[in-house]
Amino acid sequence: MNTRTQVLLWTAQRASAVVLAVCVVVHLVTIVYAIRNGITAVEILDRTRGSYAWCGFYAIFVAAVAVHAPIGLRSVLAETLNWRGKGLDLTVLATGLALALWGFRAVYAVFA
Amino acid sequence: MSTLRVSVWRGQESGGYQEFEVPRLASQTVLDVVTFIQRELDPTLAYRYACRVGMCGSCAMTVNGRARWTCRTHVDNVAQGGQLEIAPLRNLPVVRDLVTDMTPFFDKWARARGRFQGGATRKDDFARVAPGSPARQLADAGIECIGCGVCYSSCDVVAWTPAYLGPAALNRAWTLVNDVRDTGNRARLAAVAGDAGCHACHTHMSCSERCPKQISPTAAIAGLKRATALAALKGEL
Repeated sequence: MNTRTQVLLWTAQRASAVVLAVCVVVHLVTIVYAIRNGITAVEILDRTRGSYAWCGFYAIFVAAVAVHAPIGLRSVLAETLNWRGKGLDLTVLATGLALALWGFRAVYAVFA
Repeated sequence: MSTLRVSVWRGQESGGYQEFEVPRLASQTVLDVVTFIQRELDPTLAYRYACRVGMCGSCAMTVNGRARWTCRTHVDNVAQGGQLEIAPLRNLPVVRDLVTDMTPFFDKWARARGRFQGGATRKDDFARVAPGSPARQLADAGIECIGCGVCYSSCDVVAWTPAYLGPAALNRAWTLVNDVRDTGNRARLAAVAGDAGCHACHTHMSCSERCPKQISPTAAIAGLKRATALAALKGEL
């Protein structure tokens, strides 16, 4: 991987961290609101199904996770296992794709 | 007269601690202790120093688990229960006893393009750099580095990623990035970017906490991260 790509990955991780900071706060506030008001799973689904706003929010959340987590994992694995090179890059790419797949599947499940 | 119990590393990468008893004196520095051992107790002890006044950066060692400049470290401030443990710097090959091979440390300064690259000739006038200009202020913040290796020895990322350039080399590069006379910044930014460069730093700030000159290599590295990210986005890396 060339230096420019490494720097762009770092930039993408920082940018996704900013998005995650907002998404996590909104997500936690939503959870606390739902619990404190005794909103049931059925009532939650009533609100999320067909809601483009919630679908868009959680799609952005999933995209940020799918970008942020694998880049961090790449550093963690490199430093703890001394594992570097193409094998590591492909592994974390697969991790990112899997996170995106599972995440978007969950978003679709509460939207459709 | 009270005494200090001093454990001193003997050997190379493998070795062990040797115990000494050293007279406790007023205003005694750790370098004084090591010098006493070498002159009075065991002349085979290897250690390195030059100026004794905190200028040359050659006497850094690990004292009670922390990298320090020993010539300016008073025993009063670091001895725990009348004991000292003195070892060579971490993250560098040990030549013998308390002497480390600084070659990897300074090789990384060269890799980070830590050498001034001017564009003016003798026919040009002197460059005029306003002392209060933002770039000059940023350069000033890091320019007093004495190359002691305390930051490098204290950095966990150096231990985890041996190719990492380390705080001192990156701090040096940042002072040159802010030197308006320097013409080598495009190549310098490329040299300090990426997995073995400034982007490996986790901002633990051990370097800034332990720098005996109160320099903040962490701030320099943050500046390099911003500058290199901008260069990458512009396609200049």
